[in-house]
Amino acid sequence: MATTTQAPALDPLDYLAIDSLLDDEERAIRDTVRQFVREYVLPEVADWFERGVFPREIFAELAKLGLLGMHLDGYGLPGASAVAYGLTCMELEAGDAGVRSAVSVQGSLAMFPIWKFGSEEQKERWLPPMHAGEIIGCFGLTEPDAGSDPASMRTHARRDGSDWILNGAKMWITNGTIADMAIVWARTDEGRIHGFIVEKDMPGFSAPEIHKKLSLRASVTSELVLQDVRVPEENRLPEVSTLRGPLSCLNEARFGIVFGAVGSGRACFEAALEYAKERIVFGKPIAAYQLTQQKLAEMALELNRGFLVALHLGRMKDAGTLRPEHVSLGKMGNVRGAIEVARTARTILGANGVTLEYPVIRHVNNLESVLTYEGTHEVHTLVVGQALTGQNAFR
Amino acid sequence: MKIAVCVKQVPDATAAKRIDPETKRLDRSGEAALNATDLNAVEEAIRLKEAQGGEVVLVSLGPERALESLRKALAMGADRAVLVADEAAAGSDLVATSRILAAALEREQADLVLFGQASSDGDGAVLWAAVADRLRRPLISQVAALTTDGSTVTGKRQTEHGYDTISAPLPAVVAVSDAINEPRYPSLKGIMGAKSKPQETLSLADLGVDAAEAGEAGSRTTVLALGPPPARGESLKIEDDGSAAQKILDYLVERRLL
Repeated sequence: MATTTQAPALDPLDYLAIDSLLDDEERAIRDTVRQFVREYVLPEVADWFERGVFPREIFAELAKLGLLGMHLDGYGLPGASAVAYGLTCMELEAGDAGVRSAVSVQGSLAMFPIWKFGSEEQKERWLPPMHAGEIIGCFGLTEPDAGSDPASMRTHARRDGSDWILNGAKMWITNGTIADMAIVWARTDEGRIHGFIVEKDMPGFSAPEIHKKLSLRASVTSELVLQDVRVPEENRLPEVSTLRGPLSCLNEARFGIVFGAVGSGRACFEAALEYAKERIVFGKPIAAYQLTQQKLAEMALELNRGFLVALHLGRMKDAGTLRPEHVSLGKMGNVRGAIEVARTARTILGANGVTLEYPVIRHVNNLESVLTYEGTHEVHTLVVGQALTGQNAFR
Repeated sequence: MKIAVCVKQVPDATAAKRIDPETKRLDRSGEAALNATDLNAVEEAIRLKEAQGGEVVLVSLGPERALESLRKALAMGADRAVLVADEAAAGSDLVATSRILAAALEREQADLVLFGQASSDGDGAVLWAAVADRLRRPLISQVAALTTDGSTVTGKRQTEHGYDTISAPLPAVVAVSDAINEPRYPSLKGIMGAKSKPQETLSLADLGVDAAEAGEAGSRTTVLALGPPPARGESLKIEDDGSAAQKILDYLVERRLL
């Protein structure tokens, strides 16, 4: 239908006016997290990244906002919508993927399995203090020799009277060293996969930090070592005994990544757009050159498309129609898109694109982790391939 | 204790402000937010409530859409909001605005009325005085620290050379400065709960204010002319190569500013 009313002015930072697809409450949550990131994270994060630290105190701040386990309900948890959780991930990752990872791990990987597969006693004991940021959790599935194929895990659980004895090692565990508890997945002799709540002071358990990484430096990454760790039966998650347990947790977490990646990309785009308008070359701003405009236009396209996909998946999740295969498509596309945007932004900033004075190189490097964690790009591609063809090409 | 906080929706600080040459009024159609020092007043009210119990009521005059901004203060922890929204109130000056707010406050009968020191749009910093006068209540302004024992309120009032400590019996009106506290972030639960808190929209008739006493008709000032602010004088950009501090110092000394 033709119309004579004038369309509202275009906002370069919200090209497709996606804001109008959010309701007041979603915008309020988004704005609050954005303000928190602007005031608390951005002034410090380059320093955290350079020093390779993640301040544990930030959990208290995130808890005050109510963001830890925000999308879960009952037990004093907020029960926010999937879209609200996604928007939160987007804003946190626009600060740094390390902060978003910490929140993803706490909410989707440590609290979610208790909320979903835990006993009533476990939920009451763990969920409220984890929401309050008093107890930090981590999630141990990946092993040094078992990544994309978690079924090949070696971590072993043996029944001993009313207890379990755990042996094995987990690798690339976000929050591990600062965590008070770990959800550890282990295989029994019968071939079942159980989740255990391993507490940090249980004898035989340690979580040494992994150093020398050049990505997600503002994030704690650890190894979990289990040597004859005795775990009581009441610390076993009773409601699941197959790989479906850990995989459903990862599906929760990677839903957040679909949004988070757009946040990373957006931070790079905004830095590049501002820089392009100010940087003078041959007498005019580089924004006035066709090559730069093409870069900016492609970035805007990628980000707006990614946001729409994320928001659509969020609406599907809230409607209960979201499948893991949908999330795979979103993670695959949005992380790839964000990497493209971040690297392009880096070229617009020239040498400034590699210093921590600007956010771009941090995001470029972080996204290298985001590309392969919570399901590699390749695995998600095969998930989508299987959904399209009905053929399993994993093995 | 019942605390009323007068708050105002203003154009977002980051948005370019535009004055409509026809009406000589600020264009309020763009991005809006709650006035910054009003958030300090809201924060102070919530802290008093948390310490001593009671109720925090937001009172505002503005267009219907101002409710969006009031919800942020509800999300921080205020209990309910009263918005006076009436076409006839548009264009109210200090005299008319204070009349309407005073009428709304009379209805609430709060023990303590808090204001932010100034709004970022009008920047008058006198509304609280006019309202206190209409309510016939004592006033403490520019308050950087506040205590109350339930029957009196004591404020540390910032002055050029230090502080005045002023006490007044309740009920009273207090205007707070941004030095008084650091407003909290609304929590997720606060945001999710804000929508269901009572939000009342009143007309002038509901308050018994005659339309002729409000808006331009009820105003005692007239905007004669508007002009852009004078262009900034000569500016100097110093890129820091390690000597910026010295250059700034030289600049100030040269102009006898130090």
